[in-house]
Amino acid sequence: MELLALFISAILVNNFVLYYFLGICPFLGVSKKIDSALSMGLAVTFVMTITAVVSWMINHWILIPYKLDYLQIVSFILVIASLVQLVEMFIRKASPALYQALGIYLPLITTNCAIMGLALLAALKNFSFLKTVTFGIGSGLGFTLAIVLMASIREQLDLSDVPKPLKGAGIALIVAGIMALAFQGFSGMIK
Amino acid sequence: MAAKSIAQEYLKGLWDENPVFRQLLGLCPTLAVTNAVINGIAMGLATSFVLIISSVVVASIKKLIPSQVRIASYIVIIATFVTVADRFLAAYFFQISKSLGPYIPLIVVNCIILGRQEAFSSKNSVGRSFVDALGMSTGFVLALLVLSGIREILGMGTFLGYQVMGAWFKPWIIMILPAGAFITLGILIAVALLIEQKTKSRS
Repeated sequence: MELLALFISAILVNNFVLYYFLGICPFLGVSKKIDSALSMGLAVTFVMTITAVVSWMINHWILIPYKLDYLQIVSFILVIASLVQLVEMFIRKASPALYQALGIYLPLITTNCAIMGLALLAALKNFSFLKTVTFGIGSGLGFTLAIVLMASIREQLDLSDVPKPLKGAGIALIVAGIMALAFQGFSGMIK
Repeated sequence: MAAKSIAQEYLKGLWDENPVFRQLLGLCPTLAVTNAVINGIAMGLATSFVLIISSVVVASIKKLIPSQVRIASYIVIIATFVTVADRFLAAYFFQISKSLGPYIPLIVVNCIILGRQEAFSSKNSVGRSFVDALGMSTGFVLALLVLSGIREILGMGTFLGYQVMGAWFKPWIIMILPAGAFITLGILIAVALLIEQKTKSRS
């Protein structure tokens, strides 16, 4: 039950993009077309889940027993960078079709603060292993939901008459603000 | 690039290449910590510290770093100084460190810092890199100050905790919520673009 609540709150209430402001760069950069937004979302969900597992193991099996937790930042970022690299090589061998679909988005994930944020937040909140994994999947799906919604709104925006200075980033941020306001409505769901 | 004077190198970070309003870099911390001016200032200074020192270090050892592993090396250098900043804040400014939470460690993935290393410090002298980092930092702090100022004044009627609005003023709660951050930044970016277009068409 607790896990379910955490899962739903990671998707809707504490949405990574609209509540924690993590992963804004891809959220604004890769949200022009629905299908590329979906690929980006799935790639992030995938990497987030693996990062959740690996960062938990590093934190609880190496850093905490040896009192090295001040190395968290350095070790997490290195793990994420090499993980993305490994995942990329693995997907290229295992499923060329998926590799084609995710293609350029995979390397970009290294500098996506949502991934690093996930590892840090899970460590900060001292989640158990199961909770960390649930949090990882939920946050990834929440990111996917937000970026796909954003992309579908932006496809409509292309057809409408936006004042010139607001074009591009300006209107995208204002739309995101209205979305955040709508998502605020979910906050009553989880006590 | 080489023709630029030192002063121009500094000033470009304030407006022409302002990291937030013009380059749209580092938006995550910009949005996340600007619900109060004090948080914005702390975040700005911590980021400036990391950016300036990393730029100087990268510029001074750029010849030693093989180009294949340069990104990884920059990240390790940046992560080291982020750890220093994080530990320092936790030791001396515990309250601020607590309210900024994971956003201080997240400076490590702030695209402004890595972007400056890749675009500037890896190609320029130590002195120029220092000035460039100083300019970018000033631009970033200014952007945070404007955004957090607007949000705190409209959202709570205060500035740095002091009451600035009269008793008639009803705080706009939306401004300190996430939605207010997005909308304010969107409008500010549009205003920056508008000013740029106006000055360009005049000259």
